[in-house]
Amino acid sequence: MAWLQTLDRRWIFLAMLLAVALPQLLQVRVPEKPTALVLNVFRKIEELPEGSRVLISFDYSPSSEGELAPMATALVRHCCEKRHRLVLMTLWPDGKPLVERAISRIIEGEYAALGLQPGRDYVNLGYRPGKEVVIKTIATSLRAEFPTDDAGTPLDDLPLTAEVTNLQDLDLLISISAGFPGLKEWVQYASSPLKLPLAVGATAVQAPQAYPYIPRQLLGILAAVKGAAEYEVALGERYPNLAVPQRQDAVRRMAPQLWAHLLIIALIVLGNVAAVLSRRAGGSR
Amino acid sequence: MNPPVERRVWWVIFLLSGAFLLWRAAVPGGPGMARVYIKPVVAEGDVPTGAWIAARPDEAGAVVSSARTAGVWVAALLTLAIFSFLYKDNPAYRFAEAVMVGVSAAYFMVAGFWDGLVPKLFIPLSQMEWGTAGGVGRSLLTLTPLVLGLMLLWRLLPRGGWIARWPLAFIVGTYAGIRLLSFLEADFVSQIRNTMVPLVVRDTAGGGFDLWASVRNGLMLGGVLSCLAYFFFSMDHRGWYGRVARVGVWYLMITFGASFAFTVMGRIALLASRLEFLFDDWLWLIDPLGKRPPPGL
Repeated sequence: MAWLQTLDRRWIFLAMLLAVALPQLLQVRVPEKPTALVLNVFRKIEELPEGSRVLISFDYSPSSEGELAPMATALVRHCCEKRHRLVLMTLWPDGKPLVERAISRIIEGEYAALGLQPGRDYVNLGYRPGKEVVIKTIATSLRAEFPTDDAGTPLDDLPLTAEVTNLQDLDLLISISAGFPGLKEWVQYASSPLKLPLAVGATAVQAPQAYPYIPRQLLGILAAVKGAAEYEVALGERYPNLAVPQRQDAVRRMAPQLWAHLLIIALIVLGNVAAVLSRRAGGSR
Repeated sequence: MNPPVERRVWWVIFLLSGAFLLWRAAVPGGPGMARVYIKPVVAEGDVPTGAWIAARPDEAGAVVSSARTAGVWVAALLTLAIFSFLYKDNPAYRFAEAVMVGVSAAYFMVAGFWDGLVPKLFIPLSQMEWGTAGGVGRSLLTLTPLVLGLMLLWRLLPRGGWIARWPLAFIVGTYAGIRLLSFLEADFVSQIRNTMVPLVVRDTAGGGFDLWASVRNGLMLGGVLSCLAYFFFSMDHRGWYGRVARVGVWYLMITFGASFAFTVMGRIALLASRLEFLFDDWLWLIDPLGKRPPPGL
């Protein structure tokens, strides 16, 4: 085991590259089963009556897109399937293109046949600076922060937002969050003081922060790409048209996760065995 | 590996990779790679709107977009340049890093101007009214952020830097007030309430004993109490109290382990996403979204 002590770490990088790349090239798929926290979010959206107003805040940047875009896509798809009306916004300046991409890819792309109209079926509020202050303000007055949508149309002129005064007029809040401002601020300034239903999607790094808020301050969590994969499976079971690989970005990325985790576990075991053996050898000397 | 051999190995890798890319990209009838197809968006009555959207190569009216194709190449090469740091520091990595920093700084500056200064300051300033009593009040309120902003910038001047402390004090005080209340409500009072759970849980459906929910609640309560015991330093961590604190340490270690595992999952997800971009959009080795007709058709 002495070779392990002097192993160039670049061999580990190469092994990791292969562990992630090979399942992708071979199109390997692993089964997923939705867990309770994911199903809570799924059922909430499912149980809302058609035409409910759902706010989705894209609180992440392109650097987290690989982790969070699959869950954002799945949530927008679910709302489209249920014909809910979407209010989209972001607290991150570089989140704006991500909102626009979700609109063009899902609402105007995959669901073009539904003829969803901007202003009537969905509104893009865009980005406002101010971080958590934006949430605190729209909790009492949406127009104080967003007098117009991202295209510059006054909210009073849009059928969807004309009757929305503040967050309390919305049926569900969802924050897809990669950090600050994100899920914690939505809990602190919206769900806790106003007792509003809030669901979150979080990066793996941020997910542990969200668990203490279950179940009273958060109704569910989509934790990282695993949560997104579970949500896609739940969606596919309810809507068979979404149970195809083209509509399951996160499920597709779970096989690389499995292989990479197996590699890491093997490396941890190997490293510990080498450390024990080296300590024993040192003691015998 | 000694440097001349290492250099030769890299030359071979570069030449083979170059030949592979040339074969895929440029050979007529070859598999192709990295081309992005678009089609015009048409309104009712087949009137072009001037906008273009992504299209499949076999769709009617689809053409190659040279700008978007170049974008895929730039993204792929910058991705590889960043990955190259895993081997060792090199000029390609430093170039990609500098581009990233420069683009981010410029983006945030422009976003700050158009989404911050324009709607929050310039537009309200242009709409000030001094004719009425209410208008004067609103106008003074509009001028306040301008004055505070100018005071904040005063520190750039050679004299009177202390003036910047006033708006800074305003910012610190306001934020402290806003955050204190929210933390008390969401992270203190509500968290205590979240810990008040039944240790013997009845099944909501049949009214029977729910073993797993009871165990979960018991573990959570035990975890909270033992972790609090560990962080309570007014008592010696000896005897029964020391053992409870020791349990708290185990809970903390498990929490750190779970956080580390979550972090690993996050990083692998990002790597998988980048590799999927390279294999799908750039090299066309896979097509998980069905963006292209199968090879040979």
